[in-house]
Amino acid sequence: MAGQSLNDSLVRWPSKSLTDIPYDLFTSKAQYELEKEAIFKGPAWHYLCLRVEVLNPGDYVVSHIGETSIIVVRNEQKIIKAMVNRCAHRGAMLCQKRRGTTRKFSCVYHAWSYDLDGNLTNVAFSKGIKNQGGMPGDFKNEDYPLRRLKITEFCGLVFGSFDENVPDIETYLGPDVSAKVKRVLNRPVKVIGRNTQVLPNNWKIYMENVKDSYHASILHLFFTTFRLNRLTQSGGIIVDESGGNHVSFSVLDKDMSNKAYEEDDVRSDNSKVKLADPNLLEGVDEFGDGITLQILTIFPGFVLQQVRNSLAVRQVLPKGTDRSDLVWTYIGFEDDDEEMDARRLRQANLVGPAGYISMEDGVVGGFVQRAIRGVTEDHSIVKMGGEEANSMESRVTESPIRGFWKKYRALTESFNL
Amino acid sequence: MSQDEIERQFHVQNLNARYVSTIDNDRLEDWPDYFTEDCLYRITTKEDFDEGLLLGIIYATTRNMLIDRVTSLRDANIYEAHNYRHILATPLILSDQEGILKVETNFSVIRTMHDGDSILFASGRYLDQIIGAGSALKFLERIVVTDSRKFDTLLAIPL
Repeated sequence: MAGQSLNDSLVRWPSKSLTDIPYDLFTSKAQYELEKEAIFKGPAWHYLCLRVEVLNPGDYVVSHIGETSIIVVRNEQKIIKAMVNRCAHRGAMLCQKRRGTTRKFSCVYHAWSYDLDGNLTNVAFSKGIKNQGGMPGDFKNEDYPLRRLKITEFCGLVFGSFDENVPDIETYLGPDVSAKVKRVLNRPVKVIGRNTQVLPNNWKIYMENVKDSYHASILHLFFTTFRLNRLTQSGGIIVDESGGNHVSFSVLDKDMSNKAYEEDDVRSDNSKVKLADPNLLEGVDEFGDGITLQILTIFPGFVLQQVRNSLAVRQVLPKGTDRSDLVWTYIGFEDDDEEMDARRLRQANLVGPAGYISMEDGVVGGFVQRAIRGVTEDHSIVKMGGEEANSMESRVTESPIRGFWKKYRALTESFNL
Repeated sequence: MSQDEIERQFHVQNLNARYVSTIDNDRLEDWPDYFTEDCLYRITTKEDFDEGLLLGIIYATTRNMLIDRVTSLRDANIYEAHNYRHILATPLILSDQEGILKVETNFSVIRTMHDGDSILFASGRYLDQIIGAGSALKFLERIVVTDSRKFDTLLAIPL
C-alpha cells in the first residue's frame, strides 16, 4: 500500500452481508480498474444497440462497453457482428461517426482496411514501394483481425460480451425477467429520439437508484402528486437468481387512498398541484395487463423503461469513478398510429434529462458522490425489505439493490487482477 | 432594407431580448405568455433534428403544457438552485409569408450553480415561427436545436 492513498486501494467489504455497502466502492480508482476487467470484460452481457439501428448490411453503430468503443455492424450475410473500434495496427479509432452505413472500415492513420466481419483486408504499401520497405514476407492479414466480441440478440436488443463463457441471454436473465422484456418488446420498434444525460456520479450510484423503488414516490413529487405511481399501488418486485437483473412494476389503482402518505407526512404529497393540460397523462393500456410502470434492469448497466406509454432503453456508461453517461434511446413501435406517436412524444416529458419524474435522479446521484468524497470508513445501509435479494410483492424494499451487489461481488471478489 | 423590414427586425430582436430576460431573471411564470395558445415548444438535439426524429427533451403542444412545466419546476421538482445567462445572436429572418415569420437565432447558455460553478450549458439555434404585428409578437413555434446531444445533470429551466 506504500505510496497509494486509501482511495486507490481495492474495497474491503465489512462482511458477507448485502446490506452494508462501503462508500469507497464509488470513489476507489483501484476498484474502478477491477470493474473494467471483472465486469466489463467479464462474463456479463452488455447492451450495445437496438436491432433496428443495424437493420441492413453495412449499417453500423458505435457503442460502448465500459469505456471501450465498440462497432456493431450488420455484415454481408445479414448477421450482426461487434468488434472493438480500434485498428489492429497502431490502435487508432476506426469509426468516428456514431452511426452510418459502410462496405468496409478503413483507418485514416495508415489506411488499413477491414471488412464487415472485422477481417483485415488491406494494408497500405504492404509490398513497399519499388521493392523498398513494406511488411515482412511472413505477415498475413488473417492474423490481424479487429478484436471481436460475442454477440446475442434478444427481443430486438443487441448485447455483447468480451467473455466467451457468458451464459446464453435467457439463462443470464432468468425466466421471470426474460418474460418482462418480452412483455414490452413484443414487436418491431422504432427510435423516436436520443440524448445523453451526463451524471455527476459513479455508474453504480445510478444503478442503485434505478433499482430503488423505495425512493420513487418520495423523491419524485410529480409522480406522486398525479397518482402515476404510489407505493400503495399493487405491483411487485422481481429479482433474478443471480441478483443482477430486476423488474419493478405497478398496476394503477385510481381508487387507492393516499392515507399512507398523509399519515407518514411525506413531503411529496402535495394535492394543490393540478395540471392545466391533463392531456400529458392521457394514456392507453397498450399491453393489456394494466401495468402502467415497469422498470427493468440487466446487469451491469441496462435499463428498459415503460412509464405508461413512454418507452425507452437507457445505457449506463462509466466515465471515471465520479462520472457516468446515461444514454437514452426513446422508442415506439413500427405500427404506432399518429395518435400513439403524439402520445409517446407528450409522455416523453416524464423522462430524460428534463423528465418530470427523472430529472432528480441526476441530482441525487451527485448529492451522494459529493458527500462521500474522501470517505473510506463508512458504508450505506440497505436494509429496507430485509437482508435478502429476493422477489417480493411490496415495493417498499431495497431488495434489487442488494441483488446488484450480490452479482457485483460474485464477479469482482473471485477475480484475480 | 425597407423601413418596414427594419422595424420587423427590431420587433423580433426585442421579442427575443424579452424572452431571455424573463428566463434569466427567474420570471418563469411569464414565460408561457410568449407563446400562442396552440403552440409548439420543443427542445431537441441537432442529431435528432437532422434525422427527423420528433422527440422533445421538453415537448409542449399547448401553452397550458408550458404552464404545467413551470408549476412542476416550482412545486414538484427537486434541483439545486441555478440560473442561466442566454447570449443571443442577431435573429435571421428567413421568410415572412401569410403572417408567419420564420426566424433563426443562434444562442448560447451559460449555467451558474448556487455554489458559483459556471459552465457553457448549451449552444444551438432557435427555429421560430412568429405571428402577430408590431410589438405584439408571439411564438407559434419555437424549436430549440442544441448542438450537443449531452446535457449535464439535468435540464430543469427551459432554454
